[in-house]
Amino acid sequence: MKKNPVHSILFLLTLALIIIPILFPFIWMLMSSFKTQVDIISWPPKFVFTPVMQNYERVFIEQDFLHYMKNSLIVSVVSVFFSLVLGLPAAYSIARYKQKKLSIFILIARLMPGISFLMPWYIVFSRLRLMDSYIALILSHMLIALPLVVWVMSPYFDSVPRELEEAAMVDGLTQQSAFVKILLPLSGPGIVTATTLSFIFSWNNFMFSQVLSQQKTRTLPIAVYNFLSYVEVDWGAVMAAAVTIMAPAIILTMFFQKYVVKGLTMGAVKG
Amino acid sequence: MIRQGFFEKNLRYLFPLPAVIFVVVLMVFPVGYTFFLSFTDWTLTSGRPLSVVGLKSYLQVLSEPRFLEALGRTFYFTFGSVIVEMVLGTVLALALNRTFKGKGVVKTLLLLPLVATPVAIGIVWNLFYDPTIGILNYVLSVLKLPQSGWVSDAKTVMPSLIIVDIWQWTPMITIIVLAGLAGLSSEPYESAMVDGANGRQVLFLITLPMLMPTILTAVILRAIDALKTYDIIYSMTGGGPGYASENLNVLAFKYSFEYFRMGQSAVMLVFLFLIVLLFSLAVMRLRRAFEQ
Repeated sequence: MKKNPVHSILFLLTLALIIIPILFPFIWMLMSSFKTQVDIISWPPKFVFTPVMQNYERVFIEQDFLHYMKNSLIVSVVSVFFSLVLGLPAAYSIARYKQKKLSIFILIARLMPGISFLMPWYIVFSRLRLMDSYIALILSHMLIALPLVVWVMSPYFDSVPRELEEAAMVDGLTQQSAFVKILLPLSGPGIVTATTLSFIFSWNNFMFSQVLSQQKTRTLPIAVYNFLSYVEVDWGAVMAAAVTIMAPAIILTMFFQKYVVKGLTMGAVKG
Repeated sequence: MIRQGFFEKNLRYLFPLPAVIFVVVLMVFPVGYTFFLSFTDWTLTSGRPLSVVGLKSYLQVLSEPRFLEALGRTFYFTFGSVIVEMVLGTVLALALNRTFKGKGVVKTLLLLPLVATPVAIGIVWNLFYDPTIGILNYVLSVLKLPQSGWVSDAKTVMPSLIIVDIWQWTPMITIIVLAGLAGLSSEPYESAMVDGANGRQVLFLITLPMLMPTILTAVILRAIDALKTYDIIYSMTGGGPGYASENLNVLAFKYSFEYFRMGQSAVMLVFLFLIVLLFSLAVMRLRRAFEQ
């Protein structure tokens, strides 16, 4: 490309105009999480201040956020795992036998408003005495993760040449063992995409956990929200809580940038 | 020789079976039950058993101003945010559509709002919007502009929430359009060069028309999510001040889990469900139309 200094400067300005608004809320959140209440409510807002750790101490020592973090991890990891167990064979079958209707049936769960299942779940789980249980939460989060697994994996399996399985089957493998032993090991990138996306969506879920969990199984988003509803908002601690909850999803995204992009652009862009 | 036992012969039914059973139990039955409840007047707290009352709950809901306002607000929020996201997202993608150092980093930064926990996002924006300590009113005061109540004022609460949605989801349109741009074939551009087309003609006559399928699909997918927005609104305003920011999802949530009026809540859910279903059918139509 030709180097025109005016153009390069204009482009840098454009970049800054895009990046600064995106990043500013994250930076402000991070800064505020190290501020004292006095620094946070000072007017004009302070950009230079002495960082303190008290907000994180409050979050982790007084509020026991580790407990909620553990809950969030259990619910997300287990629900993603079982969604893969159910979703991978379904996605394979959809790809191999062109089961369009089946794929639409499962994808509808991705599009429908979660609250139209949540009210009946609430009634049934209360009757079954499963409120505030990991089982109820995991089942509800699986309905988030399963359609994502199918959404990402059926086009992926479709793109793997059939000859690979067929060769294995000629060598005496059954189709199901060819799927497990040949196809799945080749599908690492697709599985990483599906896993990362469904983990993030499950980790961030607010509404399901808000209704189905109480003290024992409460997940991070609810803990952060409850923190906010105290009489006087302790902004520093709330920001520390917000940093804590966002950190895992953001770190995952940085590691798996390519896969997250793949998963998010899937469906809208062919190929 | 390929072995063909019972399992292999019926693989196409057996492989998806667990997933299908799961979706039937966790989605189809509950949605059916919600439909059934919408014909009852069941209130969980009344202690009365539920009785089927036909369309009575529908009439009650449809004559409830709070519901009609929430319905209007649902569309206002959806169109207000999605139209801006479509235009802005496409413009950003066109601006970023070149090779430069650090493109990967910029793409990662674009992803951050999408993967950030909505509740936490809501909290940060509430700090920005705070009328007395918020940075936005500070900026307004420096610019000698009148300050705003943002989410604490019934007049400005919806635009303020829409701004948060735009901040969070414009990057998604950008990322999708960028991927679409990368996949465009170069032939039309070459012939345009031969024909001596200028930059604007190339943009409006070649690039945008070729991108349209991608943009439209992205926009409708986004609209479906915007119709059911819950996390941001509930965590930032709880539907307030008063009822000024309640959309259908927030209102139905309150009817279900705060007032326990299951019958009427079910009616609202049926409406939300039907609206989302119509949009979803539109996506599938569009995709099929573009595939041909």
